[in-house]
This record gives sequence, C-alpha cells and structure tokens, in this order.
Amino acid sequence: MNIHEYQAKQIFAKYKIPIQDGITIEDAKDARSAAEKIGGNFWVIKAQIHAGGRGKGGGVKFAKNLEEVEKFASDILGMTLITHQTGPAGRIVKKIFIAGGVDIKKEYYLGIVLDRTAEMPVMMASTEGGMEIEKVAAETPEKIIKVGIDPLIGFQAFHARKLAFGLNLSKEQMKHFGKFAKTLYQVYSNTDASLIEINPLVLTSDDMFIALDAKMGFDDNALYRHPEILKMRDLDEEESTELEAGKYGLSYVKLDGNVGCMVNGAGLAMSTMDIIKLSGGEPANFLDVGGAASAETVAKGFEIILKDKNVKAIFVNIFGGIVRCDRIANGILEATEKTNVKVPLVVRLDGTNSSEAAEILKSANIENIITATDLADGAQKVVNAARGV
Amino acid sequence: MSILVNRDSRVIVQGFTGKEGTFHSEQCIEYGTNIVGGVTPGKGGQIHLGKPVFNTVIEAVESTNAKVSVIFVPPAFSADAVMEAAEAGIEVIVCITEGIPVADMMIAKKYVQKKGAVLIGPNCPGIISAEEAKIGIMPGVVFKKGNVGVISKSGTLTYEAANQVVQAGLGITTAIGIGGDPIIGTTYIDLLKLFEKDSATEAIVMIGEIGGDLEIQAAKYIEKNITKPVVAFIAGQTAPKGKRMGHAGAIIAGSKGTAKEKMDALEAAGVHVVDSPADIGKKVKEVLG
Repeated sequence: MNIHEYQAKQIFAKYKIPIQDGITIEDAKDARSAAEKIGGNFWVIKAQIHAGGRGKGGGVKFAKNLEEVEKFASDILGMTLITHQTGPAGRIVKKIFIAGGVDIKKEYYLGIVLDRTAEMPVMMASTEGGMEIEKVAAETPEKIIKVGIDPLIGFQAFHARKLAFGLNLSKEQMKHFGKFAKTLYQVYSNTDASLIEINPLVLTSDDMFIALDAKMGFDDNALYRHPEILKMRDLDEEESTELEAGKYGLSYVKLDGNVGCMVNGAGLAMSTMDIIKLSGGEPANFLDVGGAASAETVAKGFEIILKDKNVKAIFVNIFGGIVRCDRIANGILEATEKTNVKVPLVVRLDGTNSSEAAEILKSANIENIITATDLADGAQKVVNAARGV
Repeated sequence: MSILVNRDSRVIVQGFTGKEGTFHSEQCIEYGTNIVGGVTPGKGGQIHLGKPVFNTVIEAVESTNAKVSVIFVPPAFSADAVMEAAEAGIEVIVCITEGIPVADMMIAKKYVQKKGAVLIGPNCPGIISAEEAKIGIMPGVVFKKGNVGVISKSGTLTYEAANQVVQAGLGITTAIGIGGDPIIGTTYIDLLKLFEKDSATEAIVMIGEIGGDLEIQAAKYIEKNITKPVVAFIAGQTAPKGKRMGHAGAIIAGSKGTAKEKMDALEAAGVHVVDSPADIGKKVKEVLG
C-alpha cells in the first residue's frame, strides 16, 4: 500500500523528522487562505497522487503571489496528471499540498528499500537530489551510496558515516544527517514500510536537513498491525475492479488485451497470460481465484472479467488438485448460468477427475462452452474464439 | 531416492488441530507421510487424527523424535512458529502460510540459518517425495515416481509441470515449492546442490517467475556446478511493470526482475529454457533422450 506525500510527512513529523510542512486542500477556493496561513511570499503547489515525476508532468508549480497560488491550485486540482509512473491513462488529481518556500543550499536523495538479494533493508543516498533516481542508478550508479542494514543490529553510527562521507558532508552537516538517517530508519522499521524516498532531501543554509518531498509504501502483509496507516489508504488511487476483486479474495490485474483469463494459482495465472500471447492473442487480465477454486469464486471471477468490455472470450484454466475437477466443472456451470456469460468460454480442467469433468461440461451442452484438453489446446482455442474464428 | 524428506521422515504439524492443519494432515497421512504428532498451544495431551498433540515444539520433538515440521498457523504467528521449530532442533521446516510480514521473515530466516535448519517457504505448497512423503498441500496423485526433480516458486504451476512430466512418461523424485514471497527460506541454489548429489534425479525442472533475482543467481550457479540437464520456465513474460501479480514477491521493480532478463541469464548458463508453459514436459523428455 502506498500513501500520499502529505501523509508520509505526517508520519515523519510524529518522529520529529524535519519536513517542509504545508496544508492539504481538496477545493481550489481554499488555496488562498491556506497560503495566507502559511505566510511568506513564495509557495509551492503540489499534486497529491501516488506516483513520482509529478513536477515534470505539470503537477508541481511555484507561485510568487496569492493570485498565482489560486490559479495554480485550480489548474492542478482535477487535472489528469501523466508521469512516467502513472502509465498513459494518468491520474486525476483530487488533493493538493500547499507549502511555503524553503531556503535551499543543496539537494540530495535519501531512501530506504528492501534489498531482496541481501534480504535486508538498504539505505541509499545520492548527491543527485531532485533527479529521477532510476535514471541516476542506470547512468551514474557510482553516485548512489548504499548501506545494507542488518535488522538484527538496526541502524548504527557507522552506517551514517559511510553515507555521509560518500556525500562529502562537512562535520557539522554530518551530525545532523546522522540523526536524520537514524530516525528515518526507525520510521521504516516501526511502520513495516517497504519503501521510503525523500527526493529531494534539502540542505538549508544553516546546514540542517529537511524532507522537501516524502514517499512511503508499506508491506501489505503487515498492515494488520498498523491500523493508523491502514486509515491513510486512498481508494481513489487504486483500480476499482482490482479493489473489488480483492474484497472477494481474488487477485486481479487489468491488462490491455481482449482474452480474459481465470486461473487458480498466481504462477499458473501468469503462465496462462504468457501462453495466450505466445498463441497470438493478448491477455485482458491476470486473475488468480486461489488454489482451491469454488463455484462462488468462479462466479465472482466471471463478473470481474466481464466488467472489461474489451473481453471477447474467456479462458478458464484450472488445475484441480485437492479440489476435484468434477466439482469445479459443476461450479463453472452454476457460475455461467448465474452471471449470464455470453462470450465464448474455453474451459480446461486438468488434474484429479478431469475426464469426469469433461463429461459434465459436454453433457450440459451449453453453446458457448468449448472444452480444451490441455494448456496449449486451450490457449489456441481461446485466441481463435476471441478473433471470432 | 529423494531429497530432504522420504517415507521414514518423522513429521510434526504446527497448527495441527486448526481447519487447514487438520484437512491437510489427513491428506498427508493418507499419502503415507509419517506424521508422528502435532502442536497446538493449549491442546497438549489430546489425540488428534490418532496422533498426540503437544503444547510446544520442544515437547513434541522430545517425545516423538521428529525431524521435520510443517506449519499451518496464521500469518501473524508464523515467524514465531518457524523460530520455535528451529529452536527445538527441527531439521526441515516447511512453512505453508501466505501473508507473513517481510520484517518477521528477515529475522526468522537469520535465526533458522544460525540453527543450521532448512526452511522451505513461506507461501509455498511444500515438499513431496513421490510415493514416499507429502509434506504440504499439493495433490499427491499427480506426482508419480521417477527421475526428475522439480524446484518452483509456484503452487498450481508446479502441479501442471509435474503432470506434464508424468504425461511424458517420466516421473518425479522430489518436488519442492520454494514460495512466492520476497524473502524465502531456501532458494534454487540450495536445492540444485541437493538434486545434483541425488543419484535418482537425472534432470531438474526449475520454475521461476518475475521479481527479485533468485533465478539469475541460480543461473550463475548452474553454469559452474550443475552437470545434470536443467529445464526452466519463467512465468510472467507478459506481466506489466510495477504491478504485484498475486504473489507478494512477483513484481517487476523498475526494469529489474523481468522474465526476459531471467530467461536470458538461464539460457546463457546452458539451461533449456522453454517459452511456453505447455512445453515443460516435452522438453524434459527431449533432454533425457
């Protein structure tokens, strides 16, 4: 789960990490009073969406007077912001964060992420603040300094020194940086974060560090022990069909093709997308109905897939193990009737009692159900069906 | 022959009396697995499925001399269960549970390593040594005995692959689901090593997916150390970037962890990589002649 910049800053503030504070609004008519409250003669207006690259996409503007604050606020609120992380559809901006100016001596990057290879969190710092960090990593990897943090010892002073020397900080700066970095690791560890990014981290003229931006993501498996973070979830930032699928314990990801697929198990579901593509079609989705498919999950699966109007045919690919195929076949018939599936349905059931299952499907004699004997056969049949062949 | 477990392995079940624990323990016993007891805190002294129940793993180990444990406890308590098993001297710990926080697994894995135990999973179907012992949730009937070892991040895709191998007229020595989480106890390399040594295993099927770099580490290892033929399939060639595909670990981060990157690395290491998941069995048959 991801949260917005303003929410991440609220968490930082709780830990007394210096932030560029501001006011979040949802209505442009509140912009002027927010700016007045913040004071000063320079403001930044930032779109709040769960994606990086907001500045480049036009979602961050600098205002020199209150009229500009009002103008930029109304420009940004409601706009569809497209960045390298949103995909071509972009995101509609529903909240903006207004903040005052910060005196900037230098910009850095500071982040913490899980290093899956080292199996521990890694803190990364760079002098290339404000840049797209993926780009820095690809083009000038030597400009990123990394320290792995063994969770058994936590963040130690030597970790901070390695980063600070790598950033060429002065003695005074180093002291502030060390405290900042140590507290940031506490935030990461205490909240079960999966990612923290501060880009840029700003060094002010009095050698203090301030988080000008803040991005946080969390380990979904650990949210049960962080109800206060779960409250920050913004459902507007998530795909509505994916959300609905999640409610029923189904895992769904929408894609751009026209061949729907419903599969039990994540690995087999990905493989089914792959074989549809290899057979000349384009998958419309990833859908895992769980290892043990039932009539209820299958019915819900059909409903979810058919919300996508591009879908021309559906491939039901179930490897029946402990749940026998004959029971799944009956479940599919029940679900087909209940959800009134009109598109061709290619059904491949393999595993325990698969021949009985094939009999059940055949004798039901439903026009749009096409049975398949194996993975390759099913994929070819569904691709043909989607083409109307 | 088989690796890690066989018909003599003495197995206990943690979360024995729960719904999942009960259902799958019954299936395992039916398959012939030597389940010698189980653990459910607070239910010690009872008999469940004809086997003794203990309050703690150490009591279970002391009374039954169990060397293997399979864990069916809810995610919030799983890391604790893993560490309790390691502490009690269990040698092979199989954790089926999905949904364990990453931070918990980081610590549990380090502790298991310190104790010298093998942890399989979490978020996995378990281990099956064909026609000997099933320690997990896979459908036993699919796994006929033979000369092919299987290592996989997935559940149903493992059944699919094993089924193809059997349809091709071959069979399985041991199949291991290593799990789909970002941090898992045992990776490909540890198991490739065991299969290389196992005289009954003549070929190895390796099933990977997007996310992380375990398959790439495996490719490097195979190139230098594995003499037996390896057939590999990587799921998620069509998966979009930045989206979690069911498994917690199946996500392409930036441009890292793509199927193509992994397939290329394996191919370069001399592995027989198949593009289509339907060709796994055929390919194994072909490489074994």
